[in-house]
Amino acid sequence: MRNLVLFIWKHYFFFLFLLLEVFCFYLIVQNNYYQRASIINSANALSANVLKTSSGVEEYFYLKNENEILAAENASLRSRSKASFSSTVDDEHVVNDTTYHQKYIYTSAKVVNNSTNRRNNFLTLNKGSNQGIQKNMAVITSTGVIGQVKEVSENFCSVMSLLHSKSTISSKIKKDGSYGPLSWNGEDFRYATLNDIPTHVLLKQGDTIVTSAYSLTFPENMLIGTVESFEKENGKYFYTIKVKLLTDFKRLTYVYIVKNIQKDEQETLEMKSQIDKE
Amino acid sequence: MLNEIFTHFIRFIILVAVQVLVINNIELGRFINPFIYVLFIITLPFETPKGVLLLCAFLIGITIDLFSDTAGMHAAACVFMAYIRPTVLKISSPRDGYEFGAKPTIQYLGIPWFVSYAGMLILAHHLVLFYIEVFRFNEFFSTLLRVLISSFFTLLLVIFSQYLFQSKKEESR
Repeated sequence: MRNLVLFIWKHYFFFLFLLLEVFCFYLIVQNNYYQRASIINSANALSANVLKTSSGVEEYFYLKNENEILAAENASLRSRSKASFSSTVDDEHVVNDTTYHQKYIYTSAKVVNNSTNRRNNFLTLNKGSNQGIQKNMAVITSTGVIGQVKEVSENFCSVMSLLHSKSTISSKIKKDGSYGPLSWNGEDFRYATLNDIPTHVLLKQGDTIVTSAYSLTFPENMLIGTVESFEKENGKYFYTIKVKLLTDFKRLTYVYIVKNIQKDEQETLEMKSQIDKE
Repeated sequence: MLNEIFTHFIRFIILVAVQVLVINNIELGRFINPFIYVLFIITLPFETPKGVLLLCAFLIGITIDLFSDTAGMHAAACVFMAYIRPTVLKISSPRDGYEFGAKPTIQYLGIPWFVSYAGMLILAHHLVLFYIEVFRFNEFFSTLLRVLISSFFTLLLVIFSQYLFQSKKEESR
């Protein structure tokens, strides 16, 4: 025992190194694989506040562009509002409220920190549990999908961007509905890859890619991007499609966080049927 | 002694601020992500006890992690860098050893020495960092390219900042 202590003391440099590295890897692994709340992320109070101030300054540079996007969105929403439709049969116009019930709730949020140049990119938003944000909610903009909420603190949340090695989004080709997983290969923040589209689908450059209905998180038919190019790999019956993302991830300032009200219900049901099967 | 610790503390804060608020926001393309904050570990005095060296490196790494959602990646790379620093110092030491009172900077030991010393450390740091970040080997060469190009730019920044901030010392010598 004495010898062991002496040995460790003699080589304390190496053992301290080992200890610290093991601790670092523990942090990395915990953060990546188990999605548990980890202390070291940018949703904590100190770093989030510093980053918030920094992005507050940065925001001014994007005001003009952001205004244009908002104006365009306003216009398109206004054109869809009831006031812009005239009823053809004035007397018989009945709105049956029970036909529709709300499934998604949108909350707008400001991006206080963002990255695009790493292999695994994250965003920090200025809404947190105080505003009703929970883990795994979807984050979108008017031009497309952004990512999923991963960590929540009281007033901030940390979002796993689409530009992350573990982000996969179930998406489909809008015109015929064939679906596959969309992921990011880490090369260019403007392009993502869509796999598993069977080769009998007639693809054209410019075809629209949207989210499929099979995702619990994202609403169906949210824009993602357009087909840039596609190729069939040897011996496979699937296309690998290069998708041009419609959202400019470098210039995000305001986004929406989407809550799926029926998610719990659907999840519980699916869990139940899983268990029954076994 | 106290004064020196204070200087390093200030340097710590400035380097973290520059890295987080300025350099992380400048995007020069996907292959170039320089990490200037490693200058802190590079310029710690020769006499720093090894244990303190590791702890300092861990501290600055984890601070950077705190700001960039990388949970331990920078800390792991920095600790590795600090671990090999004594060895690198030994390899690159001049024939008569280091002068007493010298510091590991360009002003004391000249450009060729500094480039080989800082270059080795930066390369080690970036290798560990980028491969941990990717965590798989099927992007081996594109990652290697990122490591090499980013290391080059970090080295440039480090050398540049040495001239920028240490010119006063040189005059008073």
